[in-house]
Amino acid sequence: MTETEAEAIESTQSAAAAESAIRREEHDLVVVGGGPAGLAAAQEAYDHGVDDIVILERDFELGGILQQCIHNGFGLHYFDEELTGPEYAQEFIENVAERGVDIRLNTMVEEVTDEKLVYAVSEDDGLTEIDAEAVVLAMGCRERTREALDIPGDRPAGVFSAGTAQRYINMEGKMPGEKAVILGSGDIGLIMARRMYLEGADVEAVLEILPYTGGLTRNVVQCLEDFDIPLRTQQTITEIYGDERVEGVTVQEVDDDFEPIPGTEYDIECDTVLLSVGLIPENELSEGAGVDMHPVTGGPVVDDGRETSVDDIYACGNVLHVHDLVDWVTEESMIAGRSVAKQLQGDIEVREEPIEIESTGAVSYVVPERISNVDDDREELPLYLRVYAPMDEVFVTVESGDEQLAREFERRAEPGEMITVDLDTEALEDLPENRLTVDVVPKEEI
Amino acid sequence: MSTETVEITCIACPVGCDVSIDVEDGEIQSIEGNTCPRGAEYAKEEYRNPTRILPTTARVTGGVLPRVPVKSAQPMPKPKLEDAMVEIAAVEVEAPVELGDVIVENVCDTGVDIVATRDLPAAEDGPKAVE
Repeated sequence: MTETEAEAIESTQSAAAAESAIRREEHDLVVVGGGPAGLAAAQEAYDHGVDDIVILERDFELGGILQQCIHNGFGLHYFDEELTGPEYAQEFIENVAERGVDIRLNTMVEEVTDEKLVYAVSEDDGLTEIDAEAVVLAMGCRERTREALDIPGDRPAGVFSAGTAQRYINMEGKMPGEKAVILGSGDIGLIMARRMYLEGADVEAVLEILPYTGGLTRNVVQCLEDFDIPLRTQQTITEIYGDERVEGVTVQEVDDDFEPIPGTEYDIECDTVLLSVGLIPENELSEGAGVDMHPVTGGPVVDDGRETSVDDIYACGNVLHVHDLVDWVTEESMIAGRSVAKQLQGDIEVREEPIEIESTGAVSYVVPERISNVDDDREELPLYLRVYAPMDEVFVTVESGDEQLAREFERRAEPGEMITVDLDTEALEDLPENRLTVDVVPKEEI
Repeated sequence: MSTETVEITCIACPVGCDVSIDVEDGEIQSIEGNTCPRGAEYAKEEYRNPTRILPTTARVTGGVLPRVPVKSAQPMPKPKLEDAMVEIAAVEVEAPVELGDVIVENVCDTGVDIVATRDLPAAEDGPKAVE
């Protein structure tokens, strides 16, 4: 036998071995991700008649990011009481367990195809191929990194995304450092400022490149003002320096175009930099499945049932668009769960022509992007939207041609606070045109 | 007679009104800057007796994680937050822990208990997330 022949035999054998090592299964519904979105979607799908559901979760437990969000402030809308992240998660974890949903932990989904073949790997089961009737994508989001911002300077240890530091402190019991500067004043940045402070670190400053904070007012008060932690707006880090460990940062004021203003540089000595500079929906799997993506949300384009452009593949939660409150993640994921259940039972009535939803003016996006189902069970259809910049006293309007379907007053609209407008579903019949336009108009222009 | 003006940011809604309270000898004389009644109510309470829920963690041995999240079961006086952190830091509980378990009773004599906010199972082979 020649060497080439031996190699050929060996490679055939290993291919056969690999082939036989793939477990093959069929299930009605596969939910990718066991965080709040996946849990609520699975629970709701089960409650609407789907009993063959598998949740695939890469972590060692369910609950997703809520397990590290130990602060209170969750659940005010959904549970009508104030809970911490782990308490909110535990409610849904118990619910799916009671329903006998098949939960696979330590399992990483590698690929989802447009034919709804789901490939997952785990240490215990190796590679599994699941032929699913329907898939719910609920992978959540990921934090933007230093690399995404191109912050110049050295590359020392001590630069963390705020969420990474949050997991270290709250779940693993490790302090990232003793003297911190936080870049970004979104809610995670604010919450981590308080957390670092209460665990004994000095928090030198929270820096925000925008003229206003991206976080909730209550977090500015209870996380910064309570502990005299300075919030400096229109400032950013223009250099990180340090040999092995961060030794300090150079900070500069920025102009209205976010350009650093020469001559305003000053240094802050610190050993830790936390970055809270935005979240990005985690859509590698969605893109692999070929779903159409939305340029503003960074998530899939979906209809009113949260179905993507690929039949029977749904998306909900932060993978779809980043939510500021988990309560809205739950609400949206329940819409997806209910809708996927109806679809699996052939109980869904599709419109002849979908109604397209367009955002104009100061509206940065609206989810869903189209209404393709006739759903007699629901009386109201919520539209989720955000504005580009803070505005006082505005009306959110939803119009079709010259007909106004909804008009809601907001005392203050901010990019950080998602606005919900409930559409009366009866009003969706006999529209002047198959299109809705969502706008935000200052009060005096009405 | 001592007079002072206390500035408070209202957190009752996203508007975030800057409310100012005029105080004379510890008595509230007037409240200004709020644009709704909730603002006045919040500012009054925040001036007289500011309280906060304290969420933090406690040490655990033998669990799937080395920390369990905890919180004050009720809002506690704001000036006691840092003392409470020190008291909680001295505690170590053994897994399994159940949601609602009292971790520290009557923290810093406030009458408020510190309770666990999740179930934390015992680990047969050490913490799962810290390998």
